[in-house]
Amino acid sequence: MIKYSSKLFSNDILKLFLSLIIICLSSTSFGASEKINYPQLNWSFSGILGTFDRASQQRGLQVYKEVCSGCHGMRLLAYRNLKSIGYNDDEIKAFAAENNVNTINDDGEVVERPARPSDKFVSPYPNDKAARAANGGAYPPDLSLIVKARPDGANYLHALLTGYVDAPAEKKVPDGMYYNKYYSGNLIGMPQPLYDDGVEYADGTKATPDQMAKDVTAFLAWASEPEMEDRKRLGISVMLFLLLLSALSYFAMKQIWAPIKNQ
Amino acid sequence: MSKSKFKNPVVKWIDHRLPVFSFMDHELNHYPTPKNLNYFWNFGSLAGFALVTMIITGIVLSMNYTAHVDYAFDSVERIMRDVNHGWLIRYIHMNGASFFFIVVYIHIFRGLYYGSYKAPRELLWILGVLILLLMMATAFMGYVLPWGQMSFWGATVITNLFSAIPFVGENIVTWLWGGFSVDNSTLNRFFSLHFVLPFVIVGVVILHLVALHRFGSNNPIGIDIKGTQDTVPFSPYYTIKDLFGLSVFLSFFAAAVFFFPNFMGHPDNYIEANPMVTPAHIVPEWYFLPFYAILRAIPDKLGGVLFMFGAIAVLFILPWLDRSSVRSSQFRPIYKIFFWILLLDCILLGYLGAMPAEGLYVILSRIATAYYFFHFLILFPLLPYIEKTKPLPLSISEPILGGAATAAAMATREKK
Repeated sequence: MIKYSSKLFSNDILKLFLSLIIICLSSTSFGASEKINYPQLNWSFSGILGTFDRASQQRGLQVYKEVCSGCHGMRLLAYRNLKSIGYNDDEIKAFAAENNVNTINDDGEVVERPARPSDKFVSPYPNDKAARAANGGAYPPDLSLIVKARPDGANYLHALLTGYVDAPAEKKVPDGMYYNKYYSGNLIGMPQPLYDDGVEYADGTKATPDQMAKDVTAFLAWASEPEMEDRKRLGISVMLFLLLLSALSYFAMKQIWAPIKNQ
Repeated sequence: MSKSKFKNPVVKWIDHRLPVFSFMDHELNHYPTPKNLNYFWNFGSLAGFALVTMIITGIVLSMNYTAHVDYAFDSVERIMRDVNHGWLIRYIHMNGASFFFIVVYIHIFRGLYYGSYKAPRELLWILGVLILLLMMATAFMGYVLPWGQMSFWGATVITNLFSAIPFVGENIVTWLWGGFSVDNSTLNRFFSLHFVLPFVIVGVVILHLVALHRFGSNNPIGIDIKGTQDTVPFSPYYTIKDLFGLSVFLSFFAAAVFFFPNFMGHPDNYIEANPMVTPAHIVPEWYFLPFYAILRAIPDKLGGVLFMFGAIAVLFILPWLDRSSVRSSQFRPIYKIFFWILLLDCILLGYLGAMPAEGLYVILSRIATAYYFFHFLILFPLLPYIEKTKPLPLSISEPILGGAATAAAMATREKK
């Protein structure tokens, strides 16, 4: 007769957590029906302690600049943001100045001036329609958020960039389309962007397509979540504080309740 | 009335004219609370905490947000990138919505398990269901504001549901949109309503608390308080327990915010809304999935909408559907089994809501939907006629202070 209080209670907790886990699992299976399995890489920035690899990010910026930026913009990123991947003010100024932006002068005329660190990355096309027109109707998406905007973004991106293979004989590849084993539907409007030695790395790293894909993914992962390192660092402190608070309040609770429980 | 309750002369002076301190002393300090509450009774105060967190972070976000189709997406990204700790405020708000629903759903299932909706707490329960409904409206409109692909298409799908209403449906949808599609005027009004509804929720929460304090909390045994031996003052006993519960809750919450901030979101919402491109699968936020599954389970559009709202409507009349006078499931052996089936049923519905509406998923959704309504409309009214409930204890303090068995044990010990 006295049993019901404690035994049932622990059972409830267990069931509750199980059900919560199931809820969480079910929420991750969005759009799982067309899932293609990408190689799962061990990224330096994954995990709760993961940080970005500066050298890889900088190589990735080079890949973006020399390969991707011909078609893909990064409109949410400003040149000044490059400071957090290890460039100094002068380097950033010089990097920005390689691009021109439109401005209106005192006579009211539209003129070009070199971009400044405070400017956003200059997009390759003036608008979406121009971008489509130049790419056979396919729109090259802006890359500012690409890693966050795709499920399992980093692995997906790396897989996509290295997924160009010969199409199987039975698959018709129309003009202006390319076969990619990791793209949904396998037909992609983007030609293979990365070839051996497509860029020349200043630090001597061999520029294989796999290496370039990894580097540009590391760069784009940062572009999607520039706050990530700060976030995780602050998170560790907050978690330590909360665990301490939980422990202290638990023992305070036990002490306060002791006379009632021992009645 | 004891006039020397407060020592501080200023407090005393104010309290004599405006008895807010007496009120707080009565409702937060001395407020007699059953002494056998388990951790499931923490979730009410956690829901209150979540609401306040959402309001504070929401107000700060609104200072940096632009409700315009051309700027909304970029203004959110500006918060994430350029506003000092903007990412933190936004991730707290974004994950806070999910955690608010987790806490509230646990709170509701606790009420279902322990029969907290039964007399005399019917209005307390109904106000709670009203809060849930307001929360859903607020969360839905909030999800539209970042103006991502899921924002836009979710808004399009859900507002289109109203077109199922006979004769005036199309007109109602146009009226809701403020135009002929989800567009700038829709975004503007959703922002306005998303800002104001939380304060309506605060109002209903206050009524919820007034109703709660009329008869006090229910408890795991579900029997009424028989006297002061059954209760403890709210402070310090439940203030410290709520603090402990809050610390644990915050640990989970912080883990999500700092380490998995996008786990409960959808990647497509980081793509700016584009009316010309429809996502492959339009899915609502996870906390709407069970209702979404019910909507899609019914082959008829109007029928689907009616069943979806019906799933909430049955909660409003639950106090009268359940004919059993025994509150706690601990003494209802058959209902207890069905309770867990209902919980699994709701989780299954949630899973099915995330799956495409095809093949086996549709059949399972229909079975799960049928069970949901069977549980509320048939099981609740009829079960008491066949179920033999276990004998109830005489009072709350009996199992703690000991019934006959413990008294005998005490007697033996005293003899030694």
